[in-house]
Amino acid sequence: MPKTSKRIYLDYAATTPVDSRVIKVMLSYFSERFGNTMSLHSFGQEAKQALEESREVVGSLIKTKPTEIIFTGSGTESNNLALKGIAFANRKNGRHIIISQIEHPSVLEAAKWLESQGFKITKLPVDRHGLINLNNLKKAIKKDTILVSIIHANNEIGTIQRISEIGKICKGKGVYFHTDATQSFGKVPIDVNKMNIDLLTANSHKMYGPKGAACLFVREGTKIEPLLHGGGHEAGLRSSTVNVAAIAGFAEAARICKREMKKEVKRLIKLRDKLIKGVLEKIEESHLNGHPKKRLPNNTNFWFSFVEGESLVIQLDLLGISASTGSACSSAKLEPSHVLLAIGSKPHQAHGSLRLTLGRWTKEKDIDYVLKVLPGIIGRLRKISPFKKR
Amino acid sequence: MNTLYSKEIMKHFRHPRNVGKMKNYDGLGKIGNLLCGDILWLYIKVGKDKKGREIIKKASFSTFGCTIAIANSSLITTMIKGKTLGEAMKITKEKLLKRLGKVPPFKIHCSLLAVDGLSEAIYDYFLKNKKEIPKELQKRHERIQKHLKIIEERYKEYVSLEKKILEK
Ligand code: FES
Repeated sequence: MPKTSKRIYLDYAATTPVDSRVIKVMLSYFSERFGNTMSLHSFGQEAKQALEESREVVGSLIKTKPTEIIFTGSGTESNNLALKGIAFANRKNGRHIIISQIEHPSVLEAAKWLESQGFKITKLPVDRHGLINLNNLKKAIKKDTILVSIIHANNEIGTIQRISEIGKICKGKGVYFHTDATQSFGKVPIDVNKMNIDLLTANSHKMYGPKGAACLFVREGTKIEPLLHGGGHEAGLRSSTVNVAAIAGFAEAARICKREMKKEVKRLIKLRDKLIKGVLEKIEESHLNGHPKKRLPNNTNFWFSFVEGESLVIQLDLLGISASTGSACSSAKLEPSHVLLAIGSKPHQAHGSLRLTLGRWTKEKDIDYVLKVLPGIIGRLRKISPFKKR
Repeated sequence: MNTLYSKEIMKHFRHPRNVGKMKNYDGLGKIGNLLCGDILWLYIKVGKDKKGREIIKKASFSTFGCTIAIANSSLITTMIKGKTLGEAMKITKEKLLKRLGKVPPFKIHCSLLAVDGLSEAIYDYFLKNKKEIPKELQKRHERIQKHLKIIEERYKEYVSLEKKILEK
């Protein structure tokens, strides 16, 4: 990551910097290999080739056939395509869709809209660690259920669902299974065949690729309708002139993640656990949100009694540390994080929440720095708070 | 550095004035903006100036809340010091906002927190000293309490938890 001043970026779940190796690959697609993939001439074919190669690379990360990858413009678009596309293509077989309470807003809101269109939505609750109950899922699947969409790894608390078991249940019942893998793609191993996944959302800018590229894996033979109609790009599922530069960048990012995953997972888990242990040890009345083990290698999420998260994030920013919070004060709707509420956090617990997410350029000394300054900041805010312990 | 909030907000947020509980206070306003969950306690000490008018000698606060809530609490305590009670009551949300500079739209309610805290502290002082309570203040008090009750009802569990924390 380019160093401008002393800043420690610990918000990798929000977005990541683009790896310089990725930028290098992308550059030639702006003014040299700029062609339209639909053109017959050599410029077009050059672009087309880059697109098809990218499809193969991105797909290989989760063991798909290249033709099963549909490139889109964002994770939100992929999620919308999955939900609405499946809903409308299969509505003759049923109108019931199952999601969880801790989905990303792009799934929650798409589901809400579908509800207004006459579909029935079941939102599965989660336990205090953020896991859905598999028996609940089994019971929730009815004859008219057409789709189950469960987030793979949660963006806020990092909890990783038992995705293979979910896939198995869905397969057994003959319903489509979509998972939003925005946070996990490229970070932990995924095999769509072994895990019985039919549709999967992945996003470039969460894994050191550029913004503006994402994809939806759609298993061969899946009945799905497009959101965008037009020139018939992406096997007719996503018409739009192809953003080849971004997609080539996405593919390069995927290639690097695949190559480095094993080592990187180990490294991040070590740093993550050091951070968790350090915070819980050094700061009184601090608590971990999410699952103690089944969590993303790069995710930590805490809550601190007596302090409010938005002011905590701003304090940290003043010291060069970038973080985020699920506090109501940080949301335009003034509502606490729906994920934290779903795992049973009381509003005052969500109010004091802090998410620190690690990534490729996080060093041990960054963690040391956080552990050095965080207790002081919490102490300062507690001094201002009426609820500090006397 | 690009920051979300204005210089004035950051100044008070970084170095809040008059932080903490006051021992021998004359008025205490406890305000909960349970809409977002932020809470402010504002203390005042009342004295007399040379002309014998009642003025705010000292003010302090405790805030469990966002950046602007903290900045506002600090700002208002500096603004009311030395003011007569009448003058202090004239401070509005708009006046605070003007001093603070640009604030995101969903953050406007944070300024009301400080204004309400002050008016409740003055109300508390009047009540304790058996003084006649101005109509305007009574009206405000009723609005704040009503508001509080509605929200407290909605956040029942939260409120009881807050109380538990308070009693600790
Ligand atoms: S967000 Fe509620 S007081 Fe600021």
